[in-house]
Amino acid sequence: MNERLTVQVEGLSHWFGTGAMRRQVLQSISMQIAPGEVVLLTGPSGCGKTTLLTLIGALRKVQQGDVCVFGHQLHGSHRGQRQKLRRHIGMIFQGHNLLRCLTAEQNVQMGADLLPELSYRARRDQARYWLRAVGLDDHLSKLPHDLSGGQKQRVAIARALAARPQLLLADEPTAALDSVTGREVVDLLQRLAREQACAVLMVTHDPRIVDVADRLVQMEDGRLIPTLG
Amino acid sequence: MTSGFWQGRRIPLAWLLLSRQPLRLMVALAGICFAGILMFMQLGFRDGLFDASVTVHRLFDADLVLMSPRSMSSISMSGFPRRRLVQAMAHPDVQGTTPVNWNFLLWRNPETLKTRSILALGFEPIDPLFTDPELAAKAKSLTSRGRVLFDKRSRTEFGPIAEWFEEGRIVETELAGKRVRVTGLVSLGPSFGADGNLLTSRETFLELLPSTPPGSIEIGLVRLRPGADPEAVTRSLKESLPSDVQVFTRQDFIDFEKNYWRSSTSIGFIFSLGAAMGFVVGCVIVYQILYSDVSDHLPEYATLLAMGYRLNTLMGVVAREGVFLAVMGYVPAYAAGQGLYALVRSSTKLPVAMDLPRATLVFSLILVMCMGSALMAMRRLVDADPAEIF
Ligand SMILES: Nc1ncnc2c1ncn2[C@@H]1O[C@H](COP(=O)(O)OP(=O)(O)O)[C@@H](O)[C@H]1O
Ligand SMILES: [Mg+2]
Repeated sequence: MNERLTVQVEGLSHWFGTGAMRRQVLQSISMQIAPGEVVLLTGPSGCGKTTLLTLIGALRKVQQGDVCVFGHQLHGSHRGQRQKLRRHIGMIFQGHNLLRCLTAEQNVQMGADLLPELSYRARRDQARYWLRAVGLDDHLSKLPHDLSGGQKQRVAIARALAARPQLLLADEPTAALDSVTGREVVDLLQRLAREQACAVLMVTHDPRIVDVADRLVQMEDGRLIPTLG
Repeated sequence: MTSGFWQGRRIPLAWLLLSRQPLRLMVALAGICFAGILMFMQLGFRDGLFDASVTVHRLFDADLVLMSPRSMSSISMSGFPRRRLVQAMAHPDVQGTTPVNWNFLLWRNPETLKTRSILALGFEPIDPLFTDPELAAKAKSLTSRGRVLFDKRSRTEFGPIAEWFEEGRIVETELAGKRVRVTGLVSLGPSFGADGNLLTSRETFLELLPSTPPGSIEIGLVRLRPGADPEAVTRSLKESLPSDVQVFTRQDFIDFEKNYWRSSTSIGFIFSLGAAMGFVVGCVIVYQILYSDVSDHLPEYATLLAMGYRLNTLMGVVAREGVFLAVMGYVPAYAAGQGLYALVRSSTKLPVAMDLPRATLVFSLILVMCMGSALMAMRRLVDADPAEIF
């Protein structure tokens, strides 16, 4: 396994269900993501994109094949090991998944709070820094309830980046947004990730945003389709 | 040390979860507060009852007390021969004795003319009865027949005796169907067994209750010479006296009465049960609140797990919610308890007061209630699956 690759997947297969209901959703997938690389994953609905993302994101147990993230083998890893690894992986969801009872600033600080070596003040400054970076300095103390869809997704980006991840996983981050806002959010995501030299794996259906990627990966029926990239 | 605190400081998630849902918080606090008040009242009544059952018992000027073995409590006293006190005097350590008659008589309220049962103690006015030194002077007035000293802390149903007496009026009424006059006031206090008390001479007592055999008394007070060992004298008196009399030390006499109310009646059980009900109701409410709180926020908890927070951290959040609820629910319950105790004292004259052991006990129960519920609600957290949130 190559230690310098951010993500290295080798012969990854995954099944859901048991007995007669058992269905294979990933079939011997192999892919790599280099540090700082922005990779876009597309494919029809139900082809297994989210499943692949959750396996790389250390959210699921690997059943067969190798998944190495930052050089850590995830096949056979324990719950606690996966939880520690997740601290270095930023995740942006289709829904924003912000904590409803926290303000924008506090939500972002929940990300910064994962950095153990920083003081409270430093972590709060981090939170403010990232909210400014996503253009929300005027909305620090607003609850998610009072923010628009695009603003909420920006808070989610700020929260993901505040934990200083080396890998960012995004699953259809623009699905709930109109096309203009979606474009803005993706541009922002790409720009900030590049500034941090953070690798990105983004799932999207949206053909208009393919130009932000370094590389495009297509998937169908649990397999990767070789593309020119 | 402070830098460590600031280093470790986090977003107060538990507090924000509670405070940003004011309606849910209010319901939870109302439930805890209700449970707390119920526990305060029930336990207060229980302890107050046990204390009140011995208001008079505590006042006697005695080191040992003789009682008939058939006497079960202050409300069912049997007599024993007065001679036993004379025999007790033969013991070298016994310095003095007081024979006391003890029974309930019907008192007619001179204002409303209604009758009510009152505890009457008959003693020789020259004998010491209570440790209170003021009684001796007042007792002199009892040497005439048909005179009583009325307990001014008796319940108001006996009539405005104290007021009338202090106004200088001559207060006369009917006791056990015979005319008596109040010649003084004493301050004893009502108990669960007796709503009011009065003192009179044995001579008057026997006149009011002619059925009492002349040589029979209900309790005998025994005073020992200074330095004598009450336990040792009790033992030797038990041996020398016939079995128609029982010997108690002063403390055993008090405990005997308390024990009666505690065990021979279901009063203690009923009040403890009442407190337990409050506890259970509180548990159900807090559990419901915390469980639905965790359920409502399950996707958010799953998000935190996906971000790399530990399950233990999230359990800590729920536990802290429990602690906050306990503290915030206890404070108003404590304040309300104080107020209600004052109300009970003024309307029933029961010695119910907030004391540290009970305040601590109720707080512990509320804490157990909240933490137990939090622990149960945490089981729901296991359903937060970070793989399912994409
Ligand atoms: N938890 C699950 N249990 C059973 N089947 C699942 C589960 N999650 C996804 N699937 C199935 O796996 C397949 C791939 O799903 P998914 O990875 O979500 O696809 P995509 O994200 O590309 O739309 C789908 O057919 C879906 O029904
Ligand atoms: Mg999907």
